[in-house]
Amino acid sequence: MASNSSGGSDRQRVAQQRLRIITGHLQGREDGDSTIIAAECKAEGSQTDVSREEGKTVPRRRQEIMKWNGWGYSDTKFLFNKKGQAEFTGKRYRLSGMIIPALKEWFEGTFGASLQHKSPAAPVLNSGAVQPPTLNEAFLEELKSTGIPFSHDAEDRVYRAHGHCLHEIFALREGKVGRVPDMVVWPNCHDDVVKIVELACKHDVCLIPYGGGTSVSSGLECPTEETRCIVSVDTSQMNRILWIDEKNLTAHVEAGIVGQDLERLLNESGYCTGHEPDSMEFSSLGGWVATRASGMKKNIYGNIEDLVVHVKMVTPQGVIEKSCRGPRMSTGPDIHHFIMGSEGTLGMVTEVTMKIRPMPEYQKYGSVVFPNFEQGVACLREVAKQRCAPASIRLMDNEQFKFGHALKPQVSSMFTSFLDGLKKFYITKFKGFDPDRLCVATLLFEGGREKVLQHEKQVYDIAAKFGGLAAGEDNGQRGYMLTFVIAYLRDLGMEYYVIGESFETSVPWDRVLDICRNVKARIIGECKNKGVQFQPLSTCRVTQTYDTGACVYFYFAFNYRGLSDPVHVYEQVERAAREEILANGGSLSHHHGVGKLRKEWMRETVSNVGMGMLQSVKDYVDPKNIFGNRNLL
Amino acid sequence: MAKEIAAETGSSVEEVREEACEILEEMSQNLQLKCIRLMGFTMTKVLKRLYSGIFVNMEGLNMLQQSIQEHPVILMPNHRSYMDFLIISYIMFTYDIPMPFIAAGIPLSGMKLVGELLRRSGAFFIRRAIGSDKLYWAVLSEYVRTIVKTGIAPLEFYVEGLRSRTLKSVMPKLGMMHMVMEPFFKGEVYDITLIPISISYDRVLEESLLAHELLGIPKLKESTMALLKASKVLQEDYGSMHVNFGRPMSVRHLCEGKINRCQYNLVPRDLPQKPSAEVQACVSWLANLMVRVQEEGSVMGPWALMACLLLQAPTIVLTEEGLPWQELTDKTLWLRKLALDFGARLNWPSGQGQAPDTDVMSSTVALHGSVVNRKAGRVFLVQEKEPVRNRPISPEEEMISTAAAVLMLASYRNMSLHIFVRPALLVTALHITKTTQKDELLAFFCFLQDVFSNEFIFIPGNSSQDFEEACFLLKKCGAVHVSEQEVTVSDAGLEVLSFLQALLQPFIDSYQVIFRYLCENEAHVYAEKQFLTAVRNLATELILSGELHTYEALSSDTHKNVLSALQRLDTVTKSRASEQNEYTVNKAAVRRIDDVLSGKIPPQMLHTTPEAKL
Repeated sequence: MASNSSGGSDRQRVAQQRLRIITGHLQGREDGDSTIIAAECKAEGSQTDVSREEGKTVPRRRQEIMKWNGWGYSDTKFLFNKKGQAEFTGKRYRLSGMIIPALKEWFEGTFGASLQHKSPAAPVLNSGAVQPPTLNEAFLEELKSTGIPFSHDAEDRVYRAHGHCLHEIFALREGKVGRVPDMVVWPNCHDDVVKIVELACKHDVCLIPYGGGTSVSSGLECPTEETRCIVSVDTSQMNRILWIDEKNLTAHVEAGIVGQDLERLLNESGYCTGHEPDSMEFSSLGGWVATRASGMKKNIYGNIEDLVVHVKMVTPQGVIEKSCRGPRMSTGPDIHHFIMGSEGTLGMVTEVTMKIRPMPEYQKYGSVVFPNFEQGVACLREVAKQRCAPASIRLMDNEQFKFGHALKPQVSSMFTSFLDGLKKFYITKFKGFDPDRLCVATLLFEGGREKVLQHEKQVYDIAAKFGGLAAGEDNGQRGYMLTFVIAYLRDLGMEYYVIGESFETSVPWDRVLDICRNVKARIIGECKNKGVQFQPLSTCRVTQTYDTGACVYFYFAFNYRGLSDPVHVYEQVERAAREEILANGGSLSHHHGVGKLRKEWMRETVSNVGMGMLQSVKDYVDPKNIFGNRNLL
Repeated sequence: MAKEIAAETGSSVEEVREEACEILEEMSQNLQLKCIRLMGFTMTKVLKRLYSGIFVNMEGLNMLQQSIQEHPVILMPNHRSYMDFLIISYIMFTYDIPMPFIAAGIPLSGMKLVGELLRRSGAFFIRRAIGSDKLYWAVLSEYVRTIVKTGIAPLEFYVEGLRSRTLKSVMPKLGMMHMVMEPFFKGEVYDITLIPISISYDRVLEESLLAHELLGIPKLKESTMALLKASKVLQEDYGSMHVNFGRPMSVRHLCEGKINRCQYNLVPRDLPQKPSAEVQACVSWLANLMVRVQEEGSVMGPWALMACLLLQAPTIVLTEEGLPWQELTDKTLWLRKLALDFGARLNWPSGQGQAPDTDVMSSTVALHGSVVNRKAGRVFLVQEKEPVRNRPISPEEEMISTAAAVLMLASYRNMSLHIFVRPALLVTALHITKTTQKDELLAFFCFLQDVFSNEFIFIPGNSSQDFEEACFLLKKCGAVHVSEQEVTVSDAGLEVLSFLQALLQPFIDSYQVIFRYLCENEAHVYAEKQFLTAVRNLATELILSGELHTYEALSSDTHKNVLSALQRLDTVTKSRASEQNEYTVNKAAVRRIDDVLSGKIPPQMLHTTPEAKL
């Protein structure tokens, strides 16, 4: 999505990246502690390897392109420049290089934050803070003989010790490092994984699968009580599309490929999967399967469980897979459902056959403004009832609408700014919408041109019944852009004493309004109780519609100046919010997963017997707890 | 929902719908501002006439005003008089707060004109004893839910369910409380604010009416004619009135950790669901808590204290020789100090002149001329002058008229009971068990709470704290010494102890009379009416023969409370046989309770932990 915007700069960027990779390798050798042994799968020649790396986003050394203590690419971030204006650096996104004039005012107004009060992060990772690895020598010896690359370099290990939960990033920014994996291995193909798992079983080593590192459930955290050698198995080099079957519209893909690469490579052949989680730039196919991911355009393409045709997973007991690619089977409980959502506790997903679709002929963004959130939800419910939801439909509440507005880049022409003013006047004055109550739905239509236009009309007609006014493509597109840059924005906040996070749930339709109101109120109430000095940002949006309910996303952030232990306060509030969600009939998670963060509610979520079932599967598949990340159960 | 009921009753869906509409019509309010203005105007006139002053705590009112802007607000006044009904709305109207929707009993709506008038000032009417009528229940709870959810105006209801005939708090009714709480349990509102309101009267409009009702003279149906007749009350002085708006209480906060709201996740929320044991316990706890808070907020005047003391003199003294005024005033001042020690909210006007306190007491007695009068330095009980008849008054008739006066006095005493009841229970335990062991006393204390919890309000599960509170208060006034294991009586505290013991004695005596009746009578099964008459006759007999000294045993309120208490303790079971409630008695169990109460079974035998019983 983001990086296929302009072809010219792409090539340039890839070349630069290549350069960096090479220097990285060289530097690594010069340091003398080179622990990387380059040896590829036997199927692969060194030449193809070179050509391969060019099209891929994630190198083995993530530090070459990515931040160690924040979200995303090293070259991309928000900052307040010398004039006090917000600016988005880099070249990767539509917003990159632009000035965002309204952000400062919104930021200061919403959080009571000030540009004078900075809370800067530790600038570099201090390798001294990282515990020396506990290595299992026998395992190491045998691993060397397989030729699979590995490393116990401190940086490599720290990069794979965390996801993107607030407490994880906050600790890193303070330069604090807890338990990290003792070494990292980079399997290159399914067989490599089989070998690694065999060796791990033989030598009693703990394996933690690592895909894109975008977990927000403490899923990647190393259990502190783990005394064995922990090996992080990084799938990033298993990133090939092995074949495309045009007759059946499926593709067979290695599990380590990240979303943007998968989409781009398929696009080259005229196809797409249509699976676009907000994290798709960095999250991997294996991760999606292991956490039961959901994509923004699921209304057309389906969630991961609808997309997967066949999965191969390596477990301590051997490889689990189905014998055929039939579209549906009645053969007892679907074994895919032991794999999907197993969160790395049973084994490693190595290869996936998934549905593909021809690329859509036409895409169109749109947006609708509603006088209030209640009307908006009623409209979404009606759309779901008539089963005419566009590829994506999201409803932001008033706070988020204002947030989105604050992210408008500087407009170049007088005319656009005049037009904006006119629009605002029309909606608030002429139509009588209260600017402190109105909310906006963003839409994305996909498909044949004719169909899209027809579909668009149908949806706008429904919206009109609920007082909705079409508000243009631009607003819609900016809404979707927000999802890609929001994580960068959190890093900006953290520079100025503001911490925050998002969490999600799914809930029946009749409870959507109640849960939104109650959870937002609970967050504000808890912040007050816990001594937060400033009004928090507590906002939500409805991001997915289903026949019987919806997925709701909450954003929550506050200014922590004056608090001695902000992360603890944050965690308490988030916990309270989760309790509130459950008490209001919401689910424990719609797509983020359980990890270790939400484990405590698992039993009440699936009942005692359910827990017993899951536990007995774990006991059979992995009796020695080789896959010992202790997620889920 | 409609379909379900239709299927059950075998009638068509349309019929059920129609019926639902009828119910709604019967029930619903019809708020009209014009009408309220009219009411406001007349109210001002009437109130000025009746009362010398209406005192409202402004700070409470300000908090209320604040709360209304945040969450749905439920006003929960206590219910002592028909005036309650009007006074809250009047205050809200005067201070420009949204007029509340008021849940009222259906008989009120039957009053011509007045019913409509009340309806137009925001009252809605509910039937009593809806227990089994599913449709009615469904319509009503939907109606209440809608009011709470939309939260445009406060909802007002009486958690005690009906007007207290004895001016004592009544064990709360839970049906309405459930309906009000449900929107919170089901997540339809973020929070609900409960405002306990305590209304205290110096003198209650209906005093003599209530006393007669208690003696079995039937309640007049609320009718417009009766109201007009009652207009003669306008000529009398009823002292002042205190309305205390309590601190707003957050249901969310109160229920924290008590309710798992997830239990509502699996069934559509608009379907009526039988509340789980957990919810029932919580609602009952909350309802009792609210009544306790009302009690704590209520203001009592000198009269309540004097009534306590007057009742402790033998009735014969009051009717024949009279109680020396000096003795009464001295004792009252002593009791005032005790009450203040126990944390009572007293309304003791600062009188003028040389002996201000005496002045206050004289004017109090003057105000209550309907009950007592003062002649030649002595205080006498007023006996009602029967309409002139030619034949001489029979002893029974004379007794009835004495009893009416005593019961009126008892009602005013009841206004102060909540201050004294906990220490008094402990004193009673000390007196009956003759033990000093703290654990035995606690066991007996819990037993007493169990038996008398229809009579006095105790918060379920709070026995140990109540016991500690009792110990603390008695220690504070120097009546007992408390150590780790023991509670011992101190010599200096005899006056306090005997007062407190005497305070509860009428209740214990009355209960024992009824227990004995149930045990000694041949029959096992009683119809409700038959039981009430029989007990009253027995009590009359005993009083006339001089065996029983308390006229309070005649109160039908006590009789009903005993029945409910026994039912609660599983010694009596209720069944419905042909229009009549019937009760089956387990005599052995009743006898056991009676034996414990009279100290025949030592407290060591009470093997129950306090919390497990409740």
